[in-house]
Amino acid sequence: MTPIWTAVILGSLLCYAIKLAGHSVPHRFLDQPLVMSVSDYLPIALLSALVAVQTFAVGMHLVVDARLAGLLAAIVALALRAPFLVVVLVAAGTAAAFRALGWAA
Amino acid sequence: MTSSHVPAWEQERRAIVVNAIGVGLATAAYGISFGAFAVSGGLSVLQAQILSVVMFTGGSQFALVGVIAAGGAMSSAVATASLLGLRNAFYGLSMSPVLSVTGARRAVAAQLTIDESTAMAVGRSGPGETVRAERLAFWATGLSVFVLWNLATLAGSLGAGLIGDPRTYGLDAAIGAGLLALVWPRLVDRRSVGVAVVSAAVALALTPVLQPGVPVLLTSVVAVVAGVSAVRDRARRGAS
Repeated sequence: MTPIWTAVILGSLLCYAIKLAGHSVPHRFLDQPLVMSVSDYLPIALLSALVAVQTFAVGMHLVVDARLAGLLAAIVALALRAPFLVVVLVAAGTAAAFRALGWAA
Repeated sequence: MTSSHVPAWEQERRAIVVNAIGVGLATAAYGISFGAFAVSGGLSVLQAQILSVVMFTGGSQFALVGVIAAGGAMSSAVATASLLGLRNAFYGLSMSPVLSVTGARRAVAAQLTIDESTAMAVGRSGPGETVRAERLAFWATGLSVFVLWNLATLAGSLGAGLIGDPRTYGLDAAIGAGLLALVWPRLVDRRSVGVAVVSAAVALALTPVLQPGVPVLLTSVVAVVAGVSAVRDRARRGAS
């Protein structure tokens, strides 16, 4: 089995097991102040870190390119309470336009 | 005239189903990016599809593919995807008393327990709402997103070979924007905004020195620190 297959299968099964655990594990295991509190912040930390890396990283290098223009456009759209679909399309369109016009790589 | 004769539940049921389809269509647009991103990141069409069928939780799927595409270790890819998927366990915790299903239905309900289905169900809870509205919102949204997300993944992964470089269409920027849209509604107070800013800064600072995937994984420490301090603050306020 190739490494990618291992990651795909193992990751998928773990993510399903986690979902099933939420429906099956007795409440007292998860329903504790510290566990609940950390679980509130975990997606914020990981998603924000992913946004930063997806915007600036190429492998182990940091670069500024058209992705930043797309992200800034997404922030404006979110601040204007645009729906999810609009946010994604605005970001893609802005980055594509910057590249087409030669303003950014 | 006629609409006033339609029972209230019929109207509510229609509204719930229409909303569910709308949410499914919005995530489908993002699913196309996922399919294209997965294939351009080195996954096969089948591998991308297995992620959308079995993993079926968008943030984790993008995280796994992102680490692989950047050349990171498979262990980092699996760990980041799993940590991001932990929130689904807490959604399950709040959904299971509402759904009260067992056996095969519980196995299916667990798979459909994601951001969208939980949010739509919670939106139907509270005064004046019935538990059947909550249940319908969960099942309708979960199924709608599952079907449309998977069709979109297939369209994106098959299309990736036809459209050439996905960067031309800004699909790489769409990924960051979609992830940002997931975290945006969670930024409700100073502490959560602080966690977001510090985590982004930590991940960028560590990117040049650690293997791809590890910097994102390490920001879970920021979440633990924030969680502990939030519990302490609450205890202090309770004690005073």
